[in-house]
Amino acid sequence: MTRFSALSLLKNALSGHKNWPEQWPEAQPKKSYDVIIIGAGGHGLGAAYYLAKEHGITNVAVIEKGWLGGGNTGRNTTIIRSNYLYDESARLYDHAVDLWDGLSQELNYNVMFSQRGVMMLAHNVHDVQSSQRHIHSNRLNGVDNQWLTPEEAKEFCPPLNISPNARYPVLGAALQKRAGTARHDAVAWGYARAASKLGVDIIQNCPVTSIRRGANGAVEGVETAKGFIGAKKIAVSAAGNTSVVMESAGVRLPLESYPLQALVSEPVKPVFPCVVMSNTVHAYISQSDKGELVIGSGTDQYTSYSQRGGLPLIEHTVAAICEIFPMFNRMRMLRKWGGIVDVTPDRSAILGKTPVPGLYVNCGWGTGGFKATPGAAHVLAWTVAKDEPHPINAPFTLERFRTGRLIDEAAAAAVAH
Amino acid sequence: MLLIHCPYCDETLPEAEFVYAGEAHIARPEDPSTYDDEAWRDFLFIRTNARGRHFERWRHTHGCGRFFNAVRDTVSDRFLLTYRAGEPRPSDAELEELAK
Repeated sequence: MTRFSALSLLKNALSGHKNWPEQWPEAQPKKSYDVIIIGAGGHGLGAAYYLAKEHGITNVAVIEKGWLGGGNTGRNTTIIRSNYLYDESARLYDHAVDLWDGLSQELNYNVMFSQRGVMMLAHNVHDVQSSQRHIHSNRLNGVDNQWLTPEEAKEFCPPLNISPNARYPVLGAALQKRAGTARHDAVAWGYARAASKLGVDIIQNCPVTSIRRGANGAVEGVETAKGFIGAKKIAVSAAGNTSVVMESAGVRLPLESYPLQALVSEPVKPVFPCVVMSNTVHAYISQSDKGELVIGSGTDQYTSYSQRGGLPLIEHTVAAICEIFPMFNRMRMLRKWGGIVDVTPDRSAILGKTPVPGLYVNCGWGTGGFKATPGAAHVLAWTVAKDEPHPINAPFTLERFRTGRLIDEAAAAAVAH
Repeated sequence: MLLIHCPYCDETLPEAEFVYAGEAHIARPEDPSTYDDEAWRDFLFIRTNARGRHFERWRHTHGCGRFFNAVRDTVSDRFLLTYRAGEPRPSDAELEELAK
């Protein structure tokens, strides 16, 4: 496998970029593996990479029903931040930001992690108070977050209208400077290439139809479109389809799957320097390096697996953006799409062991899974390798829905992710 | 845009008039004092999350204001049937007939 460098770029430029080798080989399933990961998104591929690199477990397959990175990894708005209210969440998401920092070097793959800052606007007294509560809580947890006056917010993001006569006046903003965006496809490709190099098989276009358990209850392997594949351990990281896969192993989960839509405009010159979110007006926006405005808001109201979503939500989202940034009201939109997100009752992930021996789950990321990719992958690999949770994901159990020890980010994070 | 038939108003109207209200036919516990933690977990949090035919509640918020039940395919988002709250859950055979 070629190591990407300025030299390899120059060498391939001389032959017109026609001789680049494939980035990872097409794998066919072996009879059995030590670990099978279901779902080749960023989380699943990342977990395979960390299993191989940090725990020396290389007899691993990542099985994907469609194409790699074709689910929510390629369907989000690429926002990365860690300014969550509760201690447990702050630790988990900040662990991810620590790993994002330096991920391009580690994977030898440019994931275009850009710490351009995420600014969350406050439009009323309640927003100001809850933002400041977030900031204090974050700073106690060592997570950077700062309060900006309207003038400071305008300086950081010049397109902002801070006139007191605006429909939704800006009374201030919370800014996380370490936060930003990354190129989502490159995250999946980078982990796939790095994992494959360490011996992991990535098997695409191979839907898992069920998980097979032995007489003692432990997992034996998976039934797939390409036949039975044995496994000592199985980790399910299948986002919106997790509850369907887990049901086949007899585990019912507190999940509901909703479409989360996003849209991009036609590309324009750089006009928007950071990520801006407004929980009250309910939308978020940034500009990609290609120049497209990337826009999103909340999920559709009904559960669905359609990866489409309805137009009323798009209308609401675009209306919210035009309210905050009237300068965009003549931008033409290029395309929109939906991803199926698995939402838990407390809006926090479930990451850990299950009642079935040898079966692990990483799900319930709801509308905010992309930002957690390296962190979730890293602690999932730890949990699978050692058969016990890493201290960071220890609170994110399935058990908490029985004990009542919820991590209620529903109230804390309001709507925007 | 989903078009939803309200069984009370007997009209098919755009989704914007309605609010989704979660899975249908989840009965409240008759004697809550007999419920242990696992039963409470199942009642409060565990959902079918069906991929395919899903029984669900909707409310005609900007119309008659009443709750009713619906059967929808969650892959195609196509409604098979809506019926009044309190009516029995339609059988598989009835739904097969409607799906034809």
